[in-house]
Amino acid sequence: MAHRILRKRKLAPGVYEFWIEHEQISKYAKPGQFLIIRSNEKGERIPLTIVEASKNAVRVIVKCIGKSTYMMAMMNEGDEFLDVVGPLGNPSEIDYYGHVTVIGGGVGIAPLLPITRALKKAKNRITAILGAATAEQLILKDEFEETVDNLILTTDDGTFGKKGLVTERLEELIASGDKPDIIWAIGPTVMMKFVSLIAARENILCWASLNPIMVDGTGMCGACRVEVDGHMKFACVDGPEFDGRKVNWNELIKRQHQYMEEERKALEAFKKKAGDLSWL
Amino acid sequence: MSRPKKVPMPELPPHERIVSFKEVALGYTEEQAVVEAQRCLQCKVPLCIQGCPVGIDIPGFIRAISERDFDSGIKILKDSNSLPAITGRVCPQEKQCEAKCVLGKIKGTEPVAIGRMERFLADMDLKACPKSVQRVRKNKGNVAVIGAGPAGLTVAGDLAKLGYEVTVFEAFHKAGGVLVYGIPEFRLPKDIVQKEVEYVQSLGVKFVYNQIIGRTIPFEELRNEYDAIFIGIGAGAPRFMGIPGSNLNNIYSASEFLTRVNLMRANRFPEYDTPVKISDRVAVIGAGNVSMDAARTAKRLGAKEVTIIYRRSEAEMPARLEEYHHALEEEIKFFWLTQPVEYIGDINNNVRKMRCVRMELGSPDESGRRRPIPIEGSEFEIEIDLVIEAIGQKANAVLKTGFPGLKLNRWGYIDADPETGQTNLEGVFAGGDIVTGAATVIEAMGAGKKAAKAIGEYLLKASKAG
Repeated sequence: MAHRILRKRKLAPGVYEFWIEHEQISKYAKPGQFLIIRSNEKGERIPLTIVEASKNAVRVIVKCIGKSTYMMAMMNEGDEFLDVVGPLGNPSEIDYYGHVTVIGGGVGIAPLLPITRALKKAKNRITAILGAATAEQLILKDEFEETVDNLILTTDDGTFGKKGLVTERLEELIASGDKPDIIWAIGPTVMMKFVSLIAARENILCWASLNPIMVDGTGMCGACRVEVDGHMKFACVDGPEFDGRKVNWNELIKRQHQYMEEERKALEAFKKKAGDLSWL
Repeated sequence: MSRPKKVPMPELPPHERIVSFKEVALGYTEEQAVVEAQRCLQCKVPLCIQGCPVGIDIPGFIRAISERDFDSGIKILKDSNSLPAITGRVCPQEKQCEAKCVLGKIKGTEPVAIGRMERFLADMDLKACPKSVQRVRKNKGNVAVIGAGPAGLTVAGDLAKLGYEVTVFEAFHKAGGVLVYGIPEFRLPKDIVQKEVEYVQSLGVKFVYNQIIGRTIPFEELRNEYDAIFIGIGAGAPRFMGIPGSNLNNIYSASEFLTRVNLMRANRFPEYDTPVKISDRVAVIGAGNVSMDAARTAKRLGAKEVTIIYRRSEAEMPARLEEYHHALEEEIKFFWLTQPVEYIGDINNNVRKMRCVRMELGSPDESGRRRPIPIEGSEFEIEIDLVIEAIGQKANAVLKTGFPGLKLNRWGYIDADPETGQTNLEGVFAGGDIVTGAATVIEAMGAGKKAAKAIGEYLLKASKAG
């Protein structure tokens, strides 16, 4: 069963959106869940969060960081992914909480969107803090604008919105007296860690969507194991969302770097064959 | 008795095999098989059949070999076993059919090499041009099989032969279960698994990949759409020691390590995209077959020193003797009566050392094996840069949430009738590791056979009632 790319769009340099034909995932996917893609026969299995589902297709957003994502980005409308498995993982706990603050960093803004929409539907008042390195990396601004009550944008270099980090904006929000009742944070692990530290200090429940290395994504190998509240959890079946205040972040960050050397080698070899990829 | 010993099986020499994933055991030639077949006494009351979980007519196929009537032999085999090329390779025959062989009871005499001859016939069949399979018309009802491991493949094959429309739902992109992700190529070549799966397919069985029932499709949906369901999802979740340092880098479960290599072909990285760590000093915890597989795989990936660490002694080791001998020949080292108590990492969180404690054996526990007890003050450290924990499996986590209403036992496995596979849910059957906990390929197939028969009877009754 191959899965066709119905639409492809470039959102930012090295960041692509795909609508992949897949009726079944569309039918069952809930906010917070992910899928696993293997592009071709020699490919690896990589997890991607589901951004949106239409009647017959799912939307994912991919950032080029290694060989597999570069290869995905080079695929076009009409091309097919060999394997698409999902929906996987537990859905987000959508409910009425009051004032919800959703915090997205970089390409983590994408998986935050369906959760934000569902939280809005549940009548929450939502502040979104979105951050990226530069203005052009700040994706999905319009869709968040339509959804949330208060949109705060920030870039590392100040090319859009305020200059600085999402954590600085969160501190401002808390200082202004509009303290969130609950937080969702998705983005680079370091970002989720520092948001969680603030949440812990303020005693706010902070859901973070963890992104450890995965192989099968079905609970049969433990590659994605993380320490939460002193216990070993498998992010693929027990998560991927956990209370960020209880996650062993330093361990997670180091586990994510396990294959850095291999990843570098694979990408280099690929780039040598593929030629100039700066257009991506 | 002219030949007290089995005709030896040709093997790749150790120095050749540790640099490749080629199959170690090379299989009998026609001549060797015929000579071995002539050792069989053709007992009037064949005890060997009792030792076979799927009840193959063993003297029958052996006689066919001795008469060089290989086609009949294959037919006899396949009547009761849909996957003979696999079972001939991976069954622990010394505990099953060959354990019952009368010849083996005679002092100084080995039992008949039933497994090797089964393999011989099955391989011959696979090499021959695919014969047209007689398909049975599928008009009796439809059955969903969850999991394409040995249990599911057997149920699917048997029910297809009975005339049922069978669809197999598999979580991975390939069928075979442990046969493709667990057992390494050097013990069970993957093209053989593929061919056996194709055989089941040729019977008219449909395979749907990338489906985790209870996750990607609700179980209830299957219950509405199918007349009966068989659950054979295995005991797929790894156990971890859970000692301090368990989440350091380069500590794998055997499932992860073997899946990366066997299913994802990480041994051929970067041609294949999935990487696996290769280290000089590898420790494998546990001494079952999975542990032997992991250790021998690590050696083939280029590890300089591979040590198996086991808390009991050689006598209690659960691995097959044949695999143990292969491991010894491949210079795998063994630390008996040793238990890791802590992993110690470096600044990058990579495992560097392992603190172990020496054990002594006390009185037997409920398994009948002597219980290992730590010796106080015996702790020592060894330097290591990769650890593979092969200490067993537990029930798949999807069971708890994905199969509403299904009764589980206190270990989290499915509570099913051992004779029929019937669960507490009408029309839902289960078998293999998900019922018994981790066991053998052929036991899962045996459970599949019984379940297939029970499902057939259930559907017949249901159709009469309807």
